[in-house]
Amino acid sequence: MSMNALYLRTPLRTISDVLYRNPRLLLALLLGPPLLWFTVIYLGSLLALLWQGFYSFDDFSMSVLPVLTFDNYARIFAEANRDIILRTLAIAGAVTLASAVIAFPVAYYMAVHAGKKMKAFFYIGVMLPMWASYIVKAYSWTVILAKGGILYWMVGKLGLLPLLEAFLETPYVGGSTLSTSHFGRFLVFTYLWLPFMILPIQAAIERIPHNLTQASQDLGADMATTFRHVVLPLAFPGIVAGSIFTFSLTLGDYIIPTLIGPSGLFIGNFVYVQQGAAGNIPLAAAFTVVPILLIGLYLAFAKRLGAFDAL
Amino acid sequence: MTLAVEFEDVSRHYGTVKAVDAVSLVIPEGEFFSLLGPSGSGKTTCLRLIAGFEQPTAGLIRIHGAQASGLPPYRRDVNTVFQDYALFPHMDVIGNVEYGLMVKGVGRTERRQRATEALAMVALGDLAARKPSQLSGGQRQRVALARALVNRPKVLLLDEPLGALDLKLREQMQDELKSLQKKLGITFVYVTHDQGEALSMSDRVAVFNRGRIEQVDSPAVLYRRPATLFVANFVGTSNIFDAGSAKRLFGGNQAFSVRPENIRVNQQIAEGVSVTGIVRDVQFHGATSRVEIRTEDGLELAAVLSNSLLDNASLPIPGVQVTLAWPAEAMVPLAT
Repeated sequence: MSMNALYLRTPLRTISDVLYRNPRLLLALLLGPPLLWFTVIYLGSLLALLWQGFYSFDDFSMSVLPVLTFDNYARIFAEANRDIILRTLAIAGAVTLASAVIAFPVAYYMAVHAGKKMKAFFYIGVMLPMWASYIVKAYSWTVILAKGGILYWMVGKLGLLPLLEAFLETPYVGGSTLSTSHFGRFLVFTYLWLPFMILPIQAAIERIPHNLTQASQDLGADMATTFRHVVLPLAFPGIVAGSIFTFSLTLGDYIIPTLIGPSGLFIGNFVYVQQGAAGNIPLAAAFTVVPILLIGLYLAFAKRLGAFDAL
Repeated sequence: MTLAVEFEDVSRHYGTVKAVDAVSLVIPEGEFFSLLGPSGSGKTTCLRLIAGFEQPTAGLIRIHGAQASGLPPYRRDVNTVFQDYALFPHMDVIGNVEYGLMVKGVGRTERRQRATEALAMVALGDLAARKPSQLSGGQRQRVALARALVNRPKVLLLDEPLGALDLKLREQMQDELKSLQKKLGITFVYVTHDQGEALSMSDRVAVFNRGRIEQVDSPAVLYRRPATLFVANFVGTSNIFDAGSAKRLFGGNQAFSVRPENIRVNQQIAEGVSVTGIVRDVQFHGATSRVEIRTEDGLELAAVLSNSLLDNASLPIPGVQVTLAWPAEAMVPLAT
């Protein structure tokens, strides 16, 4: 066996040699711990949670009984609960749509037109709010939107108060004041999750080779046609990635709905109330299936739209 | 004769960088015209000026007689085959080829038919349903070609289209491009840095250097009568003699060049110039051998000798003294 004379044998190098000769061992060592974490702590606890949903709850003694039942899952479809789901779903959809519409031009500018300095500025600008505490931001918004708050003051100065009042009377959108309106809640959610939409779209647009838009124009497509047939389809995976964030973050939130907007539970609030005050952990557990299911349906829908074709 | 492309004193400056500097140029319809030059010489910028991706800072561009300066790419009757093909990754092959027809509003059945014909023309009919990512480099090249040609452009622009292909495939595609151009009669404007490619395919070649055109001529004239030092060196290889050497050798007063294959070793030539020197190196290249010689007054010259059995010339050995001779007509005067 010939060997490099300068090769010094140290314990570390021996280990390195063994791993080099056994790539599978290396893979097992690298992947083992995270995989264990993923299956046991991540998926395992989720399955345990869903399993809890099959337990019974005795209303009289307020205790959980290990008697298996489908009742909890069936109760998801009760009329009152259906309202909760629809309410949550509607705002999650609206927030996602609005985020996408606002985020796209920003992301496009960052990816295509902004110079180095401008891009850095935008990165910081987009991410800066994410560094501040979520709770602080939520409470600030209650002040901003409250009657006598800065927004009301501004609208008043512009002489647009009657217009705002009229807008707040719109069913499903308005409320008694901005801070207790559906619109206010929508505004805060959109503010909170917008960065999660901008960044993936920006990354997706950045990956589109510049000569594809040139090729499109060269073949006779004007700017709008190029956008529709080349830029948008190729940026679509980014929009979907962003929308998964905005959609699921809104779907699972339970703090904003208690602070801003009219009364009426969200999925998150319902779970919180059931497992907290009521102590009905089985029903709370069963209800957590709803967001999982909704996101699953959403992904299937996105796939149908061809969101992942360009991946 | 209609003119496909005209440049009148066209410049494209980026700040102080003169990418294209006062270029005038005329390309007749149906010509295979190449823009040849090293990278950064302005040839690609010229192509992009014709395509409309760049606008001239000064000068006039006409395409088929019509003023083109200021027109966006999508309002020009030219199509481009891009260097790295620029195929749309989210569309299949037929979708790519149909794209130009679709955005122009050609009906579904007609565009499907024309796209299928275009794919058949580049021998890719059976790959219509593939995605670009499933194709080899040569196949992508053909799709790019079909995608451009299906629009029946007045001028086809090709930006180093064969640069990414291996040698064999490149030679095959050169043949195909040339015969396709003959068959369709479309004006081809072909950008390349490969002088062999430019010489073998083109009707005429424009040699670019530092944003300017050094010479426009047919390949044969370009090779035999290079007008400038740059062309003599860039197109093929040349032995360059400055004005001083010209004076010493035969009392001339202008720099000149001699192609290595026009120099004879140890053979007398009736009307010509001869020098003696020592053989420094002999390189075997297959069909030819290259002999490098240093003359008594320090000039480094090269002669290329045929290795053909029919010529039965014997190769000199390094270190021996030889006489080099060339006919007077092999000396091409150079403008500096």
